Order: sequence, then structure tokens, then C-alpha cells
Amino acid sequence: MEEPKQGAYMEVPILKQGAYLIATVQSALTDGDLLKLRDTLVVSVSKHRARGVILDLTALDVLDSFSTRTLRDLAHMIRLRGAEMVIVGIQPEVAFAMAQFGLTLEGISTTLDLEEGLAYLDGSTKPNRIA
Amino acid sequence: MPNTRDQTAILSPPSVATVALLTELVSHLRNNRTHLREEWVRLITEAELLTAMSRDEIFAEATSVYDSYVEGLETGTLEALQSYARNLSERIIPRGVETHEVVGIVLLLRDVLARSLFAKYRSDFTILNRMLDAYEPAANRIAITVAVGFVQERERVIREQQEAIRELSTPVLQVRERLLILPIIGVIDPHRARQLTEQLLRGIRTNRARVVVIDITGVAAIDASVANHLVLTVEAARLLGATVIVTGLSPEIAQTLVKIGVDLGKMTTVGDLQGGIEEAERLLGYKVFPIGGTQGS
Amino acid sequence: MEARSRIESPDVEREASTTVVSIHSDADIVAARQKGRELARSLGFSAGEATLVATAISELARNVVQYAIRGEVALWPVTSGRRRGIAISVRDEGPGIPDVDRALEDGFSTSGRLGLGLPGVRRLMDEIDIESTPGRGTLVCATKWRH
Repeated sequence: MEEPKQGAYMEVPILKQGAYLIATVQSALTDGDLLKLRDTLVVSVSKHRARGVILDLTALDVLDSFSTRTLRDLAHMIRLRGAEMVIVGIQPEVAFAMAQFGLTLEGISTTLDLEEGLAYLDGSTKPNRIA
Repeated sequence: MPNTRDQTAILSPPSVATVALLTELVSHLRNNRTHLREEWVRLITEAELLTAMSRDEIFAEATSVYDSYVEGLETGTLEALQSYARNLSERIIPRGVETHEVVGIVLLLRDVLARSLFAKYRSDFTILNRMLDAYEPAANRIAITVAVGFVQERERVIREQQEAIRELSTPVLQVRERLLILPIIGVIDPHRARQLTEQLLRGIRTNRARVVVIDITGVAAIDASVANHLVLTVEAARLLGATVIVTGLSPEIAQTLVKIGVDLGKMTTVGDLQGGIEEAERLLGYKVFPIGGTQGS
Repeated sequence: MEARSRIESPDVEREASTTVVSIHSDADIVAARQKGRELARSLGFSAGEATLVATAISELARNVVQYAIRGEVALWPVTSGRRRGIAISVRDEGPGIPDVDRALEDGFSTSGRLGLGLPGVRRLMDEIDIESTPGRGTLVCATKWRH
């Protein structure tokens, strides 16, 4: 697994909403920023006992093989800590490029936007919900 | 080494002697403007060109072309003529004016002006030759500029029309909230396939669709490339949170595709469109009640 | 290595100026792909096509950072007859690719990682050309044409 190098990173804002954490990335997200975000989210999930994580990629310009691998690692690590991650806001052009490239976010839930993402988490994490 | 710059924009830099000749030529053309222009319009009418336009319109355009032509000869640059040619094309193409007419009238003007040079300098063969040496290359460049400008504009219009037809022929329909239907009919080439997918993905975002039914009953030939593109579309749609149901894919064709290595594993398929819509509604949690009946009947 | 390639056949012309981004850090990867997107848009590519180009650049530039430490991305407009397009070249003096053909096959992986992403880049672009000498460096050139 990759480790972030030393240096300056863009802080990705992470909000807490009830039992969920919402991280919204900016467009010029470097590899280092993404790795730092991964580590920060994992720590935050434990610290806040979050049940769900929403990663908002609306502003992200490109999703290539590195980002895809890192996001899969992130989803896995979050699941190990008992939470569910959902990725929202992937742009149509980015989705098309990923599909053309051959990248999948298999095993990771994806929804259109934040609203759908919250609805999804509500549906899957509330213990007594009738499916 | 091929020149990447637009060849027609600048006439080759003339020698001093040529400049003097062109200056004399230009004043001759200006002094005789009225009569030469009328002669030109007469020839245009005689040749039955620009029949889509009225005589007054032809006269007005002829005036503009004449003046731009002479200006081109005078300044040695064709920018004004190029933009006029584009502008003229934009106006006359919808009127149904054809390429041969545009080329025809420009060549007629070239001839009218050449004849007037013959008339003026007929007593001195040497001067006539020098005049023509200066005039002919410039006149040819001008003819090419106007013709090419017209043809490029026509091609642009045709491309736009084709694009519009493509978009119209494949509407993305929203029939219920969160449900889109994309019926595909006809032949799918790689360009159209990409366009369909882009349209669909934008449609998913705009309509906030959660389920899409793609019906390929009407697709002419379902080969590996079409199938692979469908798989690609299903994956991309999933990234936007939408599930795709493909209908109209017969079991026989599906088997053939799998045999040649297309991975249909991730695709939900239902036999026909009606079945697909019902499956979609089920996924969305709709219950459908027949009118006048009761639930479950 | 020379930043020209077999892809530049006599009837493909390099137009006007070339944008060059030197690649050393992961921030350079972002800069290179943003420049690529800008250039593609300015040449009339659609937003979708520009994203394909940006993704290809991102992938290739990262190979440089990951395997070669430093290198260079060059971008320029090209024409061929009436077609217009964008050309990318990514050059580095890293360890090189021992078997280019295998690297272009799907499923090939180096050092336990998921490989260089070259098959994917080939799917994003229209033409790709790779020259590599182990121990000396690598040059990847790719072109995309406007529809």
C-alpha cells in the first residue's frame, strides 16, 4: 500500500452529519492529497464511530488507475471498521472515460449525488429498515 | 515541406514592378466599376446562375463581391474576401445555392475583368502581357478562396444537420420518475455508439434516473463491438448510480456474443421492452394497478 | 530520446506551438492533464473527449513519476488533411519497458502492481506508439483526432 510523501497537501473538507462523514474533493486533487484523504478518513471513521462515509467526487476532473486503486483500498479499510462507503457525483464524462479505460469501482456503491448517497446510506445502515 | 498555414490568405509578395501594375489595374477596375459589374450580372443571368435569387439581390451581392475582389487585388491580402465569402455562404446556402453556381460566378467575373484588360491594352502586347502576369495569379487565388470558403461552409452545415438528425433519431425518454427508456434503432457505428452513451449519461444526470431500459430490438446488426459498447455503457451508468436493463437481446444472439468473448455477465437482460419496463418498475418499488381492477389482479 | 516518433508520418503536421510540462511530482501530473484538457477544448474537442485525453495524460505522467522519477510531457495540435487532433508525447529517462508488446496487452502486470495502464491509454486515444530502451528511457506518443 502506498504512503503519502512529505509535503504540502490540500485539505479536503470532511463534515460530520449525524452518523455519517461527508468528504468533498476539489478538482486539482493530487495523488498525495488522495492518499492523505484516505488515511484521514479511516482515522475519522474510528474516532467518530461513523456508520457511513460519503465521498463526493463532483469536482474531480479525472479518475485514473491510481485513484481507482486508492478508492478501492479506502472502501475496504472503511468496511473493516464497520462502516459503509458510497461514492457520489462522478461526472458523466469521467464515468465514460473510466469505462472506456476499463476501470471499475467494483464493490463500491455509487450514486448520482449527495442526496441519493444519503438516501442510500439511510436505507442500508438503519438497523430496522424493511428492505 | 508542406505549409501548414492557410495558403490562400496571403498572395505571394509582389515585386515592385508588379505592385505598380496592380495599382494601375485596380484604378482601371474602379473607374469602370459600374459598367463591368453590369456586364458581369448580365453574364450571370445569361448563364442561368443564382436562379434562387432575385435580380436586385444578385446585383447587391455582385457589388459586394466586386468591391471585395478589387480590394483583394489592391491590398494583397484576402482576409476581407474570406470573411465576406463565409458570410455570403451562410446567407445563400439555406436558399439552395449550389457550389457550381458560386464557382461559376467567380470565374465569370474573372473573365469579365480579363476581357476588359484585353480591350484596354490591345494596342500594346507587351504591356498587356505584363498586366495579365500580374492579374492572373491574383485572380486565381481569389477564385479559390471564394470557392473553398463556400464549400467549407456547406460541409459545416451538412455536419450540423447530420448531428441534429442523429440526436433526434434517438430520444432518451423519461416515462416515469427515475426511469429512462432508450430505444435504439438502426445501424450503430462507433461514432454513433459513443454519442448515444454520452446522451444517455447526461440524461441520467439530468433526469436523476435510477433505472434505464435500453431496447435494442431495432438495432440492425449486433456484433461484438456493439455488444462491448453496451457493456461499457452499463458500467458507466452504474458509476452514476443507475441500473441498466437491456431488452431485445435474443438468447441466440446473447449466446453467440458470449462465445466470441463478450462478457455479458454484468448486464441485466430481459426479452422484450414491456418485460424490461416491468422489471424496472419492480426495481424502483412501483406497484402497477390495472385501471378499474384491484391490486394483484 | 527525441520527442518525435513514428506516429508523425509525413502527412501528419505539427502545428504551431508545443506546450511542455516537466514531470517530477504528483502536482505535475495534475498540471499536465489540465493543460491537456485546455488544449483539447481549444481545438474543439467535446468535454467528453477532452476528459479522455486528460485521463490518458494522467496515466502516462504517473508512470513517469512512479518509475522514472522525472520526465516531460509535450502537447501540440496536429492536422492531417482535413482532420484536426491533439498529440501527446511523454518522455523519460527511466528504466524503460523490457517488453512493450506485452505491456500493451491487457492483464500484464509489473512488479506485482497493476501495470502501466498502457492498454487503457490505447483505448482512450486513437493512435499510440511506444519506444523504449531498457536502461535508457521511454517515449510514448499518442494522438487523438476530432470527429
